[in-house]
Amino acid sequence: MLTLKNTLKHSRGLAAALLTGTALLAPATLLAQDGETTITAVMHSGLRVLDPVITTAHITRNHGYMIYDVLTAVDDTFTPQPQMASWAISDDGLTYTFTLRDGLMFHDGAPVTGADVVASLQRWGKRDSGGQLIFDVTDSIAAPDDKTIVWTLSKPFGPLLDVISKQSAVPPFIMPARIAATSPDETITEYVGSGPFVFNEAEYEPGVSVTYDKFDDYVPREEPASWMAGGKVVNVDKVVWTTMPDALTALNALSAGEIDYLEQVQIDLMPILSGNPDVTVEKRDNLGYVTIGRPNFLFPPFDNKLVRQAAMAALDQESMLATMQGDPEYYNVCGAIFGCSTPLGDEVGSEMLTGRPDPEKAKALLEEAGYDGTPVVLMAPTDVISLNNQPVVAAQALREAGFEVDLQAMDWQSVVQRRAQQSPTSEGGWNMFFTNWMVPEISDPLVNVMLNGRGDDAWFGWPTDPEIEAMRTEYVGATDDATKKEIAIRIQKHAMDNVNYLMMGEYVIPQARRNTIENMIPSPVPVFWNMTKAAE
Amino acid sequence: MFVYILKRVLATIPVMAIVAIFVFLLLRLTPGDPAAILAGDAATPAQLERIRDSLGLNDPLLTQFTTWMGQLLRGNLGTSLLSNTPVAGMIADRLGPTMNIALMTIIISVALAVPMGVIAAWRHRTWVDFLVMSFSVLGFSVPVFVIGYILIQIFAIDLKWVPVQGYKSPSEGLGPFFSRAILPSLTLATIYIALIARMTRASMLEVLGEDYIRTARAKGVRENVVLFRHALRNAAVPILTIIGTGFALLISGVVVTESVFNIPGIGRLTVDAILARDYPVIQAMILLTAGIYVTVNLLIDISYSFFDPRIRY
Repeated sequence: MLTLKNTLKHSRGLAAALLTGTALLAPATLLAQDGETTITAVMHSGLRVLDPVITTAHITRNHGYMIYDVLTAVDDTFTPQPQMASWAISDDGLTYTFTLRDGLMFHDGAPVTGADVVASLQRWGKRDSGGQLIFDVTDSIAAPDDKTIVWTLSKPFGPLLDVISKQSAVPPFIMPARIAATSPDETITEYVGSGPFVFNEAEYEPGVSVTYDKFDDYVPREEPASWMAGGKVVNVDKVVWTTMPDALTALNALSAGEIDYLEQVQIDLMPILSGNPDVTVEKRDNLGYVTIGRPNFLFPPFDNKLVRQAAMAALDQESMLATMQGDPEYYNVCGAIFGCSTPLGDEVGSEMLTGRPDPEKAKALLEEAGYDGTPVVLMAPTDVISLNNQPVVAAQALREAGFEVDLQAMDWQSVVQRRAQQSPTSEGGWNMFFTNWMVPEISDPLVNVMLNGRGDDAWFGWPTDPEIEAMRTEYVGATDDATKKEIAIRIQKHAMDNVNYLMMGEYVIPQARRNTIENMIPSPVPVFWNMTKAAE
Repeated sequence: MFVYILKRVLATIPVMAIVAIFVFLLLRLTPGDPAAILAGDAATPAQLERIRDSLGLNDPLLTQFTTWMGQLLRGNLGTSLLSNTPVAGMIADRLGPTMNIALMTIIISVALAVPMGVIAAWRHRTWVDFLVMSFSVLGFSVPVFVIGYILIQIFAIDLKWVPVQGYKSPSEGLGPFFSRAILPSLTLATIYIALIARMTRASMLEVLGEDYIRTARAKGVRENVVLFRHALRNAAVPILTIIGTGFALLISGVVVTESVFNIPGIGRLTVDAILARDYPVIQAMILLTAGIYVTVNLLIDISYSFFDPRIRY
């Protein structure tokens, strides 16, 4: 006889079997390590593009540092250091001779030669804005033998070493000549580097997971590691980057010991980790990021300098950063367009941005400019958490200062497409958008794309600014640090007066790691050399 | 039956063709630029234009469409614009986790919901019925991610019985597979248990009032035989429909659950591709989803005849 009691008994039994059955099976899976040391890291996004030259995506740059090496690299004082090669500069500053160090080998077993370096630099020079400037004044670049590269210029290019040593956005990664022969507008299809890790193609799942194996034949430099320079000593067998779209799941996985490292922790979720004695939350470096607003110089109202200045008076960094980050520990009011902790950083002329908002001054400037109430089309991406708040805060501040604001919500892809349109707002154009950069990406006049003043060839917003172009040209010719700094200060003053962009301050995203992970070097780019992992 | 199946299979061809044309045109009308995603933030307009050329995005729409259709007819789903990997391989990697989780969810759901629905109908207007219906309302009302987080907190964090997240294929061992698949399956099953239990109850109530049930009882047939052989079988058609469409829904992607439990399934692949405007992947995914629905509906229709002898094709 079927009774209710029997039915419930069976159902309960099934549920219990499912849960206890899996519970008995679980420990075996949690403990499976095969004696290898593996670091499992959750990075800020999934790796989908494997060509570190075609894209400026940070995750692809990070991938580049895993499997490729660079000729020279900056240390934590922004000073270029030898990495794959040392260098000598001729007295006239026109010839750079690089000599490759011994023991350099690609993952396929072939030695790294001068020809590989030349091909890699040439491909990079067609993609990177700084590289393009160097190749504009390049007479020749050649490899007279396997160990030597001779780069001859038609006129001195003072920051050449700074540009080829930069850690972001597109460093000149060295790859075999046959791969570097790929058009710079097409992605490479073979992933062979000479860096400290080998890309494990068999285990790669785009956007989900990527595995790097230790390259046993990598010969690290003897100097201590410092940012991207120095000895890249690998102390683990494998590094696995996995993507977790849900921030809370990533925190839970870290707490449970299923992952070792979390590249970015959402500030509002940090209290979940605060009581966990097995986890450390810390800043990876103090440089962090900047958030900026970019006006469109082609159309009213921001084609008028006074209106741009009015926008600057209306906005203030503190409100925007507090809304973005919440905790003052993780943001920094900073008016320096090259960043406040960089050699060229200086806050001169930025008082209007770093102080309190001044809507009355903004109104006066708008009146002086003859602002006729033309609506400001402000693009507001809703699907990128680090860009959600800025347009909303800016819209309110601009309205309070007398602007008409048309805040248009859209996904980031729509912003990306629309910001490329050089048409009036009535035909799908725009007036302002916000984005973020890592501080090293805005840290000098050549890498900071927002300072490009070449009109239609400039970055989105397209300012025609001959004064800033003249100063950037002057910077290229500067050979000593004092001159570079002096020019940088002039550019800072000019950018604040002309409002090439609205520098809205610096912020830092904390990282978290299990305490078994030690010896991470502080760096803007998360690096997995030097790192050790102790047993739990 | 064979002719019926053949006709239905042939009917899928125009359906899939219309879906293909529709999705292709819709994607091209949607704002977004895969070249900009590929190149990153600092690319100049001239660089973007060259990348668009190399990806074929500047070709006339008709050329792009005929190229894609030509590939499809040769069984080639194309290559991802971003990762430069074959779309078929990407889908194959993601289909396994989705299929396995869907299967486990449906098994749990049917195993629990059908008896629950039958008992609720059998004990109509008693506390048991009330309990089942209350659970059903709860299952519908609580967002799936909330259920997921609660299960993670209890079974993964507090009790430490299973991992918080991740997925392992059954080929890597049944233990690792079940320990990771059980929580997402239970999470998803909550909704389907609610749905199937309600449908079973409603169908059973209708059938239990029929004359032949009264006759069976009058003949002294045992109650469990009355319920499960006579009543449930006759109530099966709407229940099967719900199970089938639920299964199709699960296979075509459950992005929230996949995100909460970090399962690399079809749902995440589709959403990621949409956010990146990776046209070949989106097109393939929508075609696949359409194909799944057509196939599942066909299977449901065929299965009717096994449960209800009155239905013949």
